[in-house]
Parts: sequence; C-alpha cells; structure tokens
Amino acid sequence: MRILEAAVNSGAVRASTWVMAAGTALKAMTMPTAGDIAAEEFSRVVERHRPQIFRFLLSSTRDVDLAETLTQECFLKAHRNWSSFRGESSAMTWLMRIAINLQKDHWRNRRMQFWRTTRTNSVDLDEASEWLPSGESSVEQQLLARERVKQVWTAVKGLSERQRTVFLLRYVEEQELSEIATATGLSEGTVKAHLSRAVGRVRLELGGKR
Amino acid sequence: MSGVEQQDNNMDKITNRFEDGAEDAELGQALESFKQCVDAWSDAAYSRPRTVEQTVRRRSWRLAVGWALGCVLVAGSVSGGLFERQHQIELKQRANRERAAEQQKQVQQQQARAQVTDEDLLSDVDSDVSRQVPSAMEPLAQMMSVDETK
Repeated sequence: MRILEAAVNSGAVRASTWVMAAGTALKAMTMPTAGDIAAEEFSRVVERHRPQIFRFLLSSTRDVDLAETLTQECFLKAHRNWSSFRGESSAMTWLMRIAINLQKDHWRNRRMQFWRTTRTNSVDLDEASEWLPSGESSVEQQLLARERVKQVWTAVKGLSERQRTVFLLRYVEEQELSEIATATGLSEGTVKAHLSRAVGRVRLELGGKR
Repeated sequence: MSGVEQQDNNMDKITNRFEDGAEDAELGQALESFKQCVDAWSDAAYSRPRTVEQTVRRRSWRLAVGWALGCVLVAGSVSGGLFERQHQIELKQRANRERAAEQQKQVQQQQARAQVTDEDLLSDVDSDVSRQVPSAMEPLAQMMSVDETK
C-alpha cells in the first residue's frame, strides 16, 4: 500500500489518467479492515497508557531497566490478548492487571533463581528521593520534603507486595478503590485493609523520624 | 452481632482510620511529595535515550572491531603464506643457479683437461715426427746399421 502511495506521489508529473486510475485503486485498497481498526485502537491505548504503566512499574521496582522490560512485556501480552478484551473494565485497569501479574511472575522467577536474588539494579532510597521537583519552595522546605519522601520510600520498601501495589495504585496512580480492586483481583474491603496498613506504616515511618 | 456484621464494623474502623490518615496534613504533604518525586523520576526515565540504541551501537562497534581483527588475521595469514612460498621459490632458484654453475664449472674443467691432452698429443706427435729419419739420410742410416751388425 505504501508502495502504491509512493508511486502515486512520485507520479505527479505523469499523465493525469494514470494518476486517476492509481487513485481509484488506492481508494479500493485503503478500505480499513476490522484488523486495521483494532490495531489503530490498540496503538492509541499504548500511546495513552504506556507512561502510566511504566510509572507504576518503576515505583514498584525502583529499577528503570526492569520497569522498561516489564512495560514492553505488558504491552506485548496485551497485544496478543487484545481481541479477548471485552471492555468490562477500562483499558487502563486491564493493562494494570497484566502489569501486576507480570511483576508477580518476575519476582517469583527471581526467587527461584537464588543466585540472582543477591543482584539487584534497584536504585537506593537516597537516589530515588532526589527526583523531587524544586518548584518555588525554599532550600529548607526542599530538604524537608526530600526527607519525607525518603521516609515514604523506606516505608514502601518495607511493605508486602500486595500492600505496596495497593498503596502505589492509590497514591501515585490515584486510582479509585473499585479500580484497584479490579486490577488486583481483590475485594474492595481487602483493598481498604491493605491500604490502611500501608498508610499506617508510612505514618509510623514519618512519626518515628520526627 | 453476627460474624458478617462484625467484619463490616472492622472494615468501617479501618476505613475511618484511612480517612483520618488522609486528613493528616503532614502525611498528605508527604504523599503528595512522594507522588511528585515518582512522576518526575518516571518522566525523566521515560524520555531518556533508549539503551537499545546504545547496545546496538556497542554491538556494532564490537562487530566492526571483530571484523577488522579478522581481516588483519586473514591478511596476515595470506601474506605470510605468500611470503613463505616466494621464499621457497627463491631458495629453489638459488639452488638451481648453484647447480647450473657447478655443472658449468665441471664442463669447463673437462674442457680444460681435454685441451691439455690434445696439446700433449700434439707435442708427442711432434717429437715422434722429429725422431723419424728424413729420406735424404737413409744411406747413412743403413751404413750405421751395417756397422752395428759387424
């Protein structure tokens, strides 16, 4: 099709009848099929949700390379199963569910390979806390905010996998409890309980370092 | 109170604690800062140049070095082989030249020897000829031979 388009474009100087004939053929060939529409729709979903999925995986793993790899895998899996997506939940929730499962699988496989457990590319908490935008606040306020962020990172690090996932989905991705419940496959009550424990841990960390 | 009701009450307590937590100003600020931090980090990491390109570049660089080393190795082997072959040919030629010179020398020696023999032969012939008595002296020679018999 592209070849034909190129041929039409380059053939501007040629006889107009030929161009018209080619144009007619092009029109007949560019009729979008169901597959084309699905592909376009999927590419829009990727464009819209990819940064969010990456952000969630980055905050969960604190490893840029791993987050990129898992994001790629997430969208690859989503692409394979795009035809089975019925729209019962939002595309974002569906993608987030895939990302959470991939992350779980990754850590499970990693545990199996015991020699790999000692090696991690996760950045340390100091480095993770340095990304705070300065804004218009004073240096003291910035330092205070950085210290608080570090404390939150410390608390998040100490959370269980589920608590961490729920906490990040709520406070970083700003999802509703119902969305978190759908994405994690937990009931809303369980989500609330995990969230409460996670917040309690963060509060404890913030209070303990005062 | 049934078990289900008790569970609901517990859940309400948890929810209330959570809502209280959200109202906590310091906690709220900390969570907001945390979100800003994650957003900034994620944006920076997301828009950074992809490592895939670097890997490809590194791989292509390694590939080029590998090819260059391979070429040098092949060229070295080929030129070494050629040099060795040339050396062998030169050695053969030198040996041939030496052999030819030796043969020529022998021929010359033979020729020289043959030349000397001819000269000797000629001198012998000359002496033999000189010893022959000329015909003019024949009568005298006969007289000498008669005297000898007497």
